[in-house]
Amino acid sequence: MRFIANNDANKKEMLKEIGAKSIKDLFVDIPKQALIENSLALPNSLSEKDLRKQLESLGQKNKTNRQLSLFLGGGCYNHFIPATVPAITGRSEFYTAYTPYQAETSQGILQAIYEWQTMICMLTGLDAANASIYDGATATAEAIIMAKNIKGKNKVLVAKSLNPEYLEVAKTYAKANGLELKEIELAELEREIDEKTACLIVQQPNFFGCIENLKEIEKKVHAKNALLIVAVAEALSLAFLPLLKMADADIVSADVQSFGNSMSFGGPAAGVIACKQQYVRQLPGRLVGKTVDSDGKQGFILTLQAREQHIRREKASSNICTNQALGALAATVYLATVGEKGLKEIAEENHGNALYLAGMLREKGFSLPFGKSFFNEFVVKKPGIKELHKKLLSKGIVFGLLLEDRFPKLKDCALVTATEMNSREEIDKLAAALEEEK
Amino acid sequence: MKLLFEKGRNLAEPVVIRHYTALSRLNFGVDNGFYPLGSCTMKYNPKVCEEAAKLDGFTQIHPLQPLETVQGALQLMYELERMLKEICGFSRFSLQPAAGAHGELTGIMMIQAYFKKKAQKRTKVLVPDSAHGTNPASVSMCGFESIKVKSNSRGNIDLDDLKEKVDEEVAAIMITNPNTLGLFEKDITEVCEIVHKKGGFVYGDGANMNALLGKCKPADLGIDIMHLNLHKTFSTPHGGGGPGSGPVGAIEKLVPFLPRPLVEKRGQSYEFDYSGEDSIGKVRSFYGNFGVMVKAYTYLKAIGPDGLEEIAENAVLNANYLQSKLQKHYHLPFKRRCMHEFVISDRHMPNNVTANDIAKRLMDYGFHPPTVYFPLIVKGAIMIEPTESESKETLDRFADAMVKIKEEAERNAEVVREAPHKMPVKRLDAVKAARELNLRWKQ
Repeated sequence: MRFIANNDANKKEMLKEIGAKSIKDLFVDIPKQALIENSLALPNSLSEKDLRKQLESLGQKNKTNRQLSLFLGGGCYNHFIPATVPAITGRSEFYTAYTPYQAETSQGILQAIYEWQTMICMLTGLDAANASIYDGATATAEAIIMAKNIKGKNKVLVAKSLNPEYLEVAKTYAKANGLELKEIELAELEREIDEKTACLIVQQPNFFGCIENLKEIEKKVHAKNALLIVAVAEALSLAFLPLLKMADADIVSADVQSFGNSMSFGGPAAGVIACKQQYVRQLPGRLVGKTVDSDGKQGFILTLQAREQHIRREKASSNICTNQALGALAATVYLATVGEKGLKEIAEENHGNALYLAGMLREKGFSLPFGKSFFNEFVVKKPGIKELHKKLLSKGIVFGLLLEDRFPKLKDCALVTATEMNSREEIDKLAAALEEEK
Repeated sequence: MKLLFEKGRNLAEPVVIRHYTALSRLNFGVDNGFYPLGSCTMKYNPKVCEEAAKLDGFTQIHPLQPLETVQGALQLMYELERMLKEICGFSRFSLQPAAGAHGELTGIMMIQAYFKKKAQKRTKVLVPDSAHGTNPASVSMCGFESIKVKSNSRGNIDLDDLKEKVDEEVAAIMITNPNTLGLFEKDITEVCEIVHKKGGFVYGDGANMNALLGKCKPADLGIDIMHLNLHKTFSTPHGGGGPGSGPVGAIEKLVPFLPRPLVEKRGQSYEFDYSGEDSIGKVRSFYGNFGVMVKAYTYLKAIGPDGLEEIAENAVLNANYLQSKLQKHYHLPFKRRCMHEFVISDRHMPNNVTANDIAKRLMDYGFHPPTVYFPLIVKGAIMIEPTESESKETLDRFADAMVKIKEEAERNAEVVREAPHKMPVKRLDAVKAARELNLRWKQ
């Protein structure tokens, strides 16, 4: 087997050193009745050449964003990735390393994570951010548990406009934790929130693309001594909207796929939790801190490990161990490459394309049931949209996400998205295709 | 090294590339050298798997695309699940969990949901004292009480202690086999029987599955539900701390509780099946770390069934060889043949040189240190997992370095206690980092 270095002569010498007759002798502890007698029913080994071919043809059974015109978002976004990102994440000093337990031999990833934590703080306006978490959905679920631990209260309110993927994960975690989770309309917040409430989760912009008035929400939440958790599924919106700090979120749970991580059918990218300074000790996941070495020279190290499971075991703030370091590194390099100015420009371009798309769709007879306050995605409505969606697909256009299956009230509605990848030309092509279907 | 922000907020591309390239050179990965980090299975990550996962057909697809446009992705998930089922003997796998600990949490949630459905009040989960730290944490995240089961003098679960602690309130026992001492649980059949008799489940932590590949199926040992770590056993790189992937496999009885959706094949096409009201629901958005699945799938197709057994054999051979060489110089608390890893300790070290000192000194010799101070049941533990990738020559060089460090500890202890000397930084002050918390750069 080509991934094993030892030859037969080596093995013989090694067995001699061990004092074993054969390699089989090393497995005598396994109960005889459990030993596999015949070979496993698995596909035979392929040469690298044949394997490449097979994987390529499997990949070709998928239609990519190069073959399809994607007006699709809803928690995963088709953004451009600068060449610097794979150039750095492809360095095997980074991608073949484990979690940096041994700081002195892991300064590269540790400093990169420290820079990442800083960038997330800058983007959210909060004081601290963790090294990453699996995705935006688990970040939100972990943020709920964090709020419960901080407030010692069991009731959790979730705005119904939360991404359904996030909502389902939050429900799974809440159920296992014995939390009382209630989905509410934000209009009814004042009636629903009480002193037993640990937190409210609201997404910004929400799943339907609308920008929420967080300032107003924040007052109502804090009036009842609860925490405001803001979920961010489209991280690029952070460069478009005024800093969340203005709205006084206590915790932000975000997905950063939009920053330099390919869509990859939904993963891997990275999630992150950021919070105010006073909640740092309840923040789950790894944290990198700055320190000095024995010569007083600057260095970085995993810190506050006393919160973590390998020391606290059953009393740990979370069980998370492996996170999404490489996805966070991709986001860090992405942000470093585009810079503060570039990020704002990309966000503006997204918004501009979305406005252009909305204008075109209105002309074609679609209505926007939730109004005009959006970033790069919004809901459109038109009778017969389901059939239209199908017809457009045959022309290589994915016309957003149909909402009726998940939201029965949103009959004839779709969530459509335009990023910097959906150029005006592409939108014009969509317009032409819609014209043909009239 | 200067932080990025000290260089500016809108930097030219060469500045960015030089900055992160310089950082990468301060890092040590499997491609740089021997990485015997116990329980982490730091084997070589084949390049063909990386290349496969970078194909446009896998990276440039959106999770909410119409299913007829992502049939290749579904087929890959379907076939990967089928291979994992065959390797482990379980009825179904969910590929959704994003890491090992996430898989544990999923498994415990499923067990919780099972007993809820049966209206049985079960409040406890047994966890051996040699377990991974994530086990008790996963247990308490689901509101169970975690009860410690002792190890015996052979390094296996103490059956008497187990019998004393098991009762009808026990929902499950979480077992790592081979355990974190690198020892096979010899009484595994009996352990499973004892727990099953009281109606509890046996959860398997698959972190150490590398030792059993092609040798035995966990389900045949009596394990009911288990996660695998694709980033350990199936050679997907660890990325400096992730992404991982922690698929959970289960026996028939627990299948209804698996996260949804599962991938089904209907005729010639593949689809997601969201049905089943007993499912615990979703544990992650979309379908899991798909890109990691592509790498594991490619790996399994590269090695085939015979290669799988070769992996286990060479991993176990390498560990026993290194154990045999090192036990002549270092304290070996459990004197028996190991599986894929083994634990020595700093007990016989002269001049109070500790496991941590040894770890730091190994860096100067060009090696990544082993896992230290774990498992907790061995004081000053040094846990070494060479994996199947390493050659005898590398193991000999490592053993020589370990012997040399012991000599240094005798003759010139300072050089070990003050190590590392050849790294970009000297020993870092962990206490200062925690006391004077600095988690971000500020102007």
